[in-house]
Amino acid sequence: MSQLEQMYQQVIMDHARAVHGRGLKDPGLVSVGESFQVNPTCGDEVRMRVGLDGERIASVSWEGQGCSISQASVSVLHELVEGETLEEADRIIEAFRALMQAKGEGLDEEREDLLGDATAFVGVGKYPARIKCALLGWMALKDAIIQAGRDTDHD
Amino acid sequence: MLPDLRADFPLLTRTVRNGKPLVYLDSAATSQKPHVVLNAEAEFYQFHNAAVARGAHLIAEEATEAFASARADVAAFVNAETDEIVWTENATAGINTVANGMANASAGIGGTASARFRVGPGDEIVVTETEHHANLIPWQQLAARTGATLTWIPVDDDGRMILDDLASVVTERCKVLAFTHASNVTGIISDVAALVARARDVGALTLLDACQSTPHLPVDVKALGVDFLVMSAHKMLGPTGIGALWGRKELLDALPPSVFGGSTIKTVTMTETSWLDAPSRFEAGSQPVAQIVGFAAAVRYLSALGMDNVAAHERAIARILREGAAALPGVRLLGPVGNDPLENMLGLAAVVVDGVHAHDVGQVLDDAGIAVRVGHHCNQPLHRRFGVASSTRASAHVYNTEDDARAFVAALATVRTFFGVAA
Repeated sequence: MSQLEQMYQQVIMDHARAVHGRGLKDPGLVSVGESFQVNPTCGDEVRMRVGLDGERIASVSWEGQGCSISQASVSVLHELVEGETLEEADRIIEAFRALMQAKGEGLDEEREDLLGDATAFVGVGKYPARIKCALLGWMALKDAIIQAGRDTDHD
Repeated sequence: MLPDLRADFPLLTRTVRNGKPLVYLDSAATSQKPHVVLNAEAEFYQFHNAAVARGAHLIAEEATEAFASARADVAAFVNAETDEIVWTENATAGINTVANGMANASAGIGGTASARFRVGPGDEIVVTETEHHANLIPWQQLAARTGATLTWIPVDDDGRMILDDLASVVTERCKVLAFTHASNVTGIISDVAALVARARDVGALTLLDACQSTPHLPVDVKALGVDFLVMSAHKMLGPTGIGALWGRKELLDALPPSVFGGSTIKTVTMTETSWLDAPSRFEAGSQPVAQIVGFAAAVRYLSALGMDNVAAHERAIARILREGAAALPGVRLLGPVGNDPLENMLGLAAVVVDGVHAHDVGQVLDDAGIAVRVGHHCNQPLHRRFGVASSTRASAHVYNTEDDARAFVAALATVRTFFGVAA
């Protein structure tokens, strides 16, 4: 497998071709947060909406456009995070961030289990210019959770 | 045509991913540097480094001489007078020098001498839809600060400026017309004569963004007839961190400075300052002398090649890049498609691959050892005009060969297959 194929693993290509969670939904919940993030170098953008049901992320939906890495990443994110508790989502977000900083090396078994399909993004870590593509949706997710009033709930 | 110059450029001998030879086609972003430029900078530091125009010692004299003769070299390169060349950090800083000087004049600084630079409500600042952000934002901000109105010359579906009804865009209210000499996305060389003629008719100042022309074409400020022109050394085989603003002397001597400091003044009291004439009034503080010396070495290198030869060489590469890319299924070339406009085109091609994002295109090319630019190339409005967010751009310079252009086209042809979008 070439270095290029290591980055564009089949899981990523599949998600990029048929993304999950696209199309903003009205979660019908009290705590709804939204975040709009852009990659200023290429103009790629994502608008992420989350709906919280207490400590659980009941709804994740998004719209946007971008490269295969950014689109597949936000698609995988939707699969991983929707339905999870905020605490679990935090662990997943941090694991994905660690994967991006791992320079193409894997993570420990516990965090790879946590990431599931998202471990396919391991090869992206070898390409510093593409890490921000992969993180675009995740930054939007983190911000949307804050916007949904998580912090004020805890305060 | 030029001889093979790659041996002059040490970086071009290195390998990239998986030991592949480098095909560098990103010169519209930044160019590689020949030995003569690298050596000029190193020799300045090794043998002549001292504060310029201050010391009473031999080394200071040598440094001052190097600084002055560099200005003469860069002036000669664009057929300007030596004291009409102002060192700026880059071309962006040159444009800001003019726009901010006009803002200061509009605030009353410079008195009657700077009155011709004043803009305010009812006045118009005109740009074009094909400008790099650097030649748009300073004018947007000047309009915002002064109450003047920003208007622009639109482009057609090929990215050509629409000049048919120029008189309705560049009106009697126009005070300054800022436009690019050549587009960094389409490669189209602008009809400078038509724009200058209209600006003169209405008494407007003109500023030409020559970032993409001075590295690749003969440029003569007197023949062009503009009032101001900016260039950037790092696209001209020179160092980063240095560029130049050229302006007509009587205009530069009246334009208020906007960066203040030492070396710019005639007299200073605790409450007031009077400025030296250009270029000194715009060169506050220590100057990047080694970069300036490197810049001069770069223009001497280009002059020795002959800018007509450079332009002809790059046109031959443009033909392969543009015709090759346009002929590929599922590939859209931004800008005019066809042979006839090549005389008025730079050696670059920005493409959009159907169903594949520019970042992904660039990644496949990178894997083949081909370095290109991906994104909007600091030109979002034009990409929006084309209905796309981004593109992949291959751009040539003196060191590129026709084989480089063929390698780009061949690798581009594999992109849609790799991503499974080919029919």
